[in-house]
Amino acid sequence: MIKLSPKLSQKFSYLLLCMAAILTIVPVVVIIFIIIKNGTSAISWEFLTSMPKDGMRGGGILPAIVGTLSIVLCAVLITLPIGVCAAIYLNEYAKDNLLTRIVKLAIVNLAGVPSVVYGLFGLGVFVMFLKLGVSIIAGALTLSIMELPVIITTAQGALSSVPYSFREASLSLGVSRWQTIRHVVFPNALPGILTGAILSIARISGETAPILFTAAAFYVPHLPHSPLDQVMALPYHLFIISTQIPNMPKNIIYGTALVLLMMVLTMSCIAIVARIYFRKRRKW
Amino acid sequence: MSTIGIKNFNLYYSEFHALKNINITIEEKRITSMIGPSGCGKSTLLRSINRINDTIEGVCTNGEINISNQNIYANNVDVDFLRRNVGMVFQRPNPFPISIYENVAFGLKVNRIASDRNVIAKTVEKSLRAVLLWDDIKDKLHKSALTLTLEQQQRLCIARVIAVAPRIILLDEPCSSLDPVATQRIEELMIKLKDNYTIVIVTHNMQQAARVSHDAAFMLLGELVEFDKTEKIFTNPTKKETEDYVTGRFG
Repeated sequence: MIKLSPKLSQKFSYLLLCMAAILTIVPVVVIIFIIIKNGTSAISWEFLTSMPKDGMRGGGILPAIVGTLSIVLCAVLITLPIGVCAAIYLNEYAKDNLLTRIVKLAIVNLAGVPSVVYGLFGLGVFVMFLKLGVSIIAGALTLSIMELPVIITTAQGALSSVPYSFREASLSLGVSRWQTIRHVVFPNALPGILTGAILSIARISGETAPILFTAAAFYVPHLPHSPLDQVMALPYHLFIISTQIPNMPKNIIYGTALVLLMMVLTMSCIAIVARIYFRKRRKW
Repeated sequence: MSTIGIKNFNLYYSEFHALKNINITIEEKRITSMIGPSGCGKSTLLRSINRINDTIEGVCTNGEINISNQNIYANNVDVDFLRRNVGMVFQRPNPFPISIYENVAFGLKVNRIASDRNVIAKTVEKSLRAVLLWDDIKDKLHKSALTLTLEQQQRLCIARVIAVAPRIILLDEPCSSLDPVATQRIEELMIKLKDNYTIVIVTHNMQQAARVSHDAAFMLLGELVEFDKTEKIFTNPTKKETEDYVTGRFG
């Protein structure tokens, strides 16, 4: 065992720690670089706004974009109210008892289930048992169950960051517990809740496995008319064109990946900007 | 009538016996101070008078606290109504991060005490005048309450309480985050307010207790050691512990 002098070992460990931190930047930069380099040539107004042609080898990806947006939008509309209500219950009302512990355990476990299992669960329950068929609504329900633990956790974090003194101040004015939550706690937690929601939108936009059996179609020649329609979706479309179609032009594959990546990154950026904005306004 | 009669009152934080058989009668329209070393239970006792301790998990009580001859720990008591009647001001000023005006109007609006705009505006003005804040801030009512100085924020918190028309105001070390000048001005305000409200103040500052209160209660280790006229507590206390504390031999 070589003994380094304290000074040298200090420098060495600093270098090691710094390298580990820098290492996390590398994959992000490489991924974005490769996708932009290969995909930019495919991006055009037509690519974003028209239907696919020649067995996906030409035309645009409009139905996939619309499909993804509609699944994700439905999923958020379902999961946000339920998640926020659950978070309010857990943070403001729940006593530390057996039920609360079981609920918390369920949340942790729900977050740990592999996404393909959600896909199969959605197929069994929503598509077949509830007879929703392969549809936007079945996919959205599957995604919302998957996203529920994330929404609950972030919303609970936002609620518990509202200072306890605000609650005491409100209660001591004779304001009831519910009104305190509604008029004091919730408005102050809202920015945090919304940031969490936007991040979860970004996350589920790219999910493939949960919608594989529940919502996504190989090809649909028209845009969705109702929540019970099967749709194309960007992540699934990307999977198909990269694996199932021979002689697929490379730039369309990368172009599709670029659109998906940009959608996700834009939403993350909105969340970050929103967080900075609300942090600045918040002064306690 | 807003006499506070505390009878055989005990409070436990789970296993910990925090208040031991307290008996005390706090007279109305006077300032009563509670003094004692940290952890003696004075804040806990104060917080029992409007049942804000109920929000802490594991708290249980027995005995009575009677306000206007009604035991506030009885089963049929409307706790929200009780707290409207018994307002509380805390150690650190805690205005809501909304405008000054909305802070004072908050209790009126949410409790639906008033809905008419003019009535609310009048009550806000009256409350801010009562705490001598109106003249300083009447031009910036719609600015965030967090732009005020700490002393002004504490005044605002008192105004917010006054707006819902309580008869008793509890103050939990209201000056501990203020400088001496601000402290003195808040004390002057308390003396002015006692004509209309029954005031109970918890303080670490013995000079403050001596300056502002008419009656003083000395507590130690969860027990009430002595309760008497402030003058008597500070000049000629009956119990040795009280004398040791007020003369600065411990605490």
